Amino acid sequence: MIERTPILNTITHVVLFVGFLASITPFVVVAIAASHDLVAVNLVPMPMLPGGHFWENLHTAWTTADLGPKLVNSFIFAGGVAAGKVLISAITAFAIVFFRFPGRQAIFWAIFITLMLPLEVRIVPTYAVAADVFEPYRTILDVTGLNGLIESIAGVRLDLKFGLLNSYAGLILPLVATATGTFLYRQFFLTIPDELVEAAKMDGAGPIRFFVDVLLPLSRNNVAALATIMFLWAWNQYLWPLLVTTEPSHATAVTELKQLIPNVGGIPEWNIAMAGTLIVMTPTLVVVVAMQRWFVRGLISTEK
Amino acid sequence: MADISLRKVAKSYGKTSVVEALDLDIHSGEFIVVLGPSGCGKSTLLRMIAGLEEISGGEIAIEDRVVDRLEPRERGCAMVFQNYALYPHMTVADNIGYSLKVAGVPKAERRARIEKVAATLALDTLLDRRPAQLSGGQRQRVAMGRAMIREPKVFLFDEPLSNLDAKLRVQMRIEIRKLHNRLAATSIFVTHDQVEAMTLADRIVVMNAGKVEQVGTPLDLWNRPASRFVAGFVGSPPMNLVEATIAADGAGVLADGTRIDLPEHRLARDAAVIVGVRAEDVRIGPAVNDPRLVLGVEFIERLGSASLVHGRLAGADFVVTAPPALAEGAPEGLALTLPVDRLHLFDAVDGRRIETDASSVEALPIAFETVAAPAL
Amino acid sequence: MERRASFRHWWIGIAFAVPQIVLIFTFFYWPAGQAVYWSMTLQQPWGGGNIWVGFDNFRQIFADALYWNSVALSTVFALFSTVLSMGLALMLAVFVDRELTGSKIYRVVMIWPYGIAAPALALAFRFIMAPEAGFLSFVNRLWPGLWDPGLDGTDAMISVIVAFSWKYVGYDFVFFLSALQGIPKALKEAAALDGAGWLRRLWDVQLPLLTPTVFFLLVIDITESFQDSFGIVDIMTSGGPARATELMVYKIYFDGFKGLDYSGAAAQSIILMGLIVALTVLQFRFIERRVHYK
Repeated sequence: MIERTPILNTITHVVLFVGFLASITPFVVVAIAASHDLVAVNLVPMPMLPGGHFWENLHTAWTTADLGPKLVNSFIFAGGVAAGKVLISAITAFAIVFFRFPGRQAIFWAIFITLMLPLEVRIVPTYAVAADVFEPYRTILDVTGLNGLIESIAGVRLDLKFGLLNSYAGLILPLVATATGTFLYRQFFLTIPDELVEAAKMDGAGPIRFFVDVLLPLSRNNVAALATIMFLWAWNQYLWPLLVTTEPSHATAVTELKQLIPNVGGIPEWNIAMAGTLIVMTPTLVVVVAMQRWFVRGLISTEK
Repeated sequence: MADISLRKVAKSYGKTSVVEALDLDIHSGEFIVVLGPSGCGKSTLLRMIAGLEEISGGEIAIEDRVVDRLEPRERGCAMVFQNYALYPHMTVADNIGYSLKVAGVPKAERRARIEKVAATLALDTLLDRRPAQLSGGQRQRVAMGRAMIREPKVFLFDEPLSNLDAKLRVQMRIEIRKLHNRLAATSIFVTHDQVEAMTLADRIVVMNAGKVEQVGTPLDLWNRPASRFVAGFVGSPPMNLVEATIAADGAGVLADGTRIDLPEHRLARDAAVIVGVRAEDVRIGPAVNDPRLVLGVEFIERLGSASLVHGRLAGADFVVTAPPALAEGAPEGLALTLPVDRLHLFDAVDGRRIETDASSVEALPIAFETVAAPAL
Repeated sequence: MERRASFRHWWIGIAFAVPQIVLIFTFFYWPAGQAVYWSMTLQQPWGGGNIWVGFDNFRQIFADALYWNSVALSTVFALFSTVLSMGLALMLAVFVDRELTGSKIYRVVMIWPYGIAAPALALAFRFIMAPEAGFLSFVNRLWPGLWDPGLDGTDAMISVIVAFSWKYVGYDFVFFLSALQGIPKALKEAAALDGAGWLRRLWDVQLPLLTPTVFFLLVIDITESFQDSFGIVDIMTSGGPARATELMVYKIYFDGFKGLDYSGAAAQSIILMGLIVALTVLQFRFIERRVHYK
């Protein structure tokens, strides 16, 4: 379209450039602060050019907060959530969309409702379950009297106890237990033409063959988008890992940041804190930049 | 090759009946076309034979084996879908060979069979492409190949040509019929296009509202439509249908009071009938003893080889085929003659054909010389 | 929505759904039900029995000025951060949508903030906004004592709002831009032929078509402001100074895990759940076009 709008174009460029600066400045400030020594970082006004202590600070932050093992934990945690989500969501959506069985609608709604309540608002009881994961089942056995029955028949009293605190399972499972990915797959599966299913049937394929040979290959884009989003989401989790990992051995990099906050009245080691921040934010930033396309697609289609 | 027999086959969704107690015998090697408007139940019928749709009543047998409870893969049918339903992520070769892969046919044999089928369909240079890289006609052929490779007893076609452009459609129509002649499998072809039906079929099954209106050869349908529906559905332009009542002397009286001669019939006085006549059977010009039967001309379609004169006759839409010369300087009114031996009568209430002495008149015999066909 | 073609082996379907069902039962429904139970009882931390108290816990909470403080703060936080991030995001998206030279770069960079963990960006902003060192410290050099989020509650609130909004501008931007680009070009062209200039087209054509997106983001941003704010508050202010940034989720965490008042925390959770469910229902009411669950 031919338009002569020199003033509007100028405004556009100015506004966008300011927006660009606002987006980028915090990253720049963090990087600059991470490259100075203790004195320089506390100068007022803050120095606007990088200093020469970058690697030194990274090293200090790395060792102070023990970031090596924590980053490994974060990778296991985020990777586990992403993989678990991709798998569980795919098979659940497959069940809901391609089968008709009694209670299907009920299951659909039961899963749908989980979309509404994020983990943060039901954090206290979820924590209790994680501390004693068989508690729901034990209670059901007790309340229904099933346990007494089992005891009288088998002569053994079932006493299931299993805590998930300070374990990868405890970190990962509760975050997998939401509907986000299920609905992404469901929407996609619903766009698959009926004829394709029927063609597969005519070709002699049963449900599992159809799932593996046709559905999964067709879902590649969704898998990539969902995995990207879930990896970032899990990596950036804070409250849940903070609660579940009481021992440092399972702590994640994000929760470990707290160790780097300079104490009020203590030595203001902002350079170290910023170096740590940089280390923790880099993996997700790399994922966002490298997987930009899937990230945007995942955001829009999961609608969280 | 297989006989298929349908006994009182019915399909309903809840209270909505889609196909009602349908009987049909299909002979081995026959090309059957199921013709009807959209929503008449023809696709459902096909899908019930394929095993994609459960039947609500009756019995389907293929080669004397009742298949009602069998899964699609156990019935020995192959199907070509309307939108082809090719697997978008597989190559042409994988699409064609998928059923063999599922059946566990070894790779080498699979490859050989795929290549053989591909050669038949002129797909050999496209085997490594994906469906998205193919033209409509090529996709159609892949869908055919996928059905052929299984060497099925029965081919099912669900409006496979409706997504092609007009020229390709004619071409593929001929290909399909040639293929049928060569493979000699039983074919069932569903369409709403009467030209397709007339050109392809050994026999046509005309369906309307879940019921069979008529089963017969293309010429049967043309010459002796069993109902007002068939008369109006088969033929282009469709047969003209005009309401009339029977006068005391047996002649027909149109809505505007015009009298027309009818073939011998045994109808009572004042009976309501529908008089049908094909556009090309109407003669232009007044009959010797005929009162003024005049078409009020509205517009003229010029096809080149002929002109179709559209207008109204006794309050009903009416079309007449005229020589192309008539195209110039169209008159406002056109005197017509309805040849008695070319008229069809239908019951005004149930639409069924009323037998008359004209009914026995088959297609006009055309003399032609038999010439030895040149060696191919 | 139903599909016509399905498989007959329904037990395979059920088997495929079982893992998800077990997970959501164990980690969603049981805890949610547990929260309701706890909110109606007085429970000794970790064992020791519960005493049924009905709605006493709720009465206590509603009588608690500190609770209302957290509600008020959450409201302020939700309101300002949502308006700020959505307003800026819409403006940026509208300009990027003009597709002048360089818009590709903006498109890429403006999404970055959303990829950053809330605690990481909180630590960054804590430094950026620190009164004695960092990016904003020069303000205090010019006007001593003007800015100190460590002491001044309003300054602390501004800090967390800015940090949160910075992240969610990127998020909202993605949605606005995608919605803007989903508007058929022909519509803009038709309006242009009708003689409408850029601003007129924006106002008469594009913005009305963005209404569903606005509603959708409004709900998402408010919901996120309840949950994703936790990391920011914990790292930047720890709810202080003097509870000036003690948002609802932070208070639940604090009462439950630091104060060991499970019943109170559970009751607060129930209220928050109710609030979020109400918001979600509202969303479905207003944006049915976006979501086509039968």
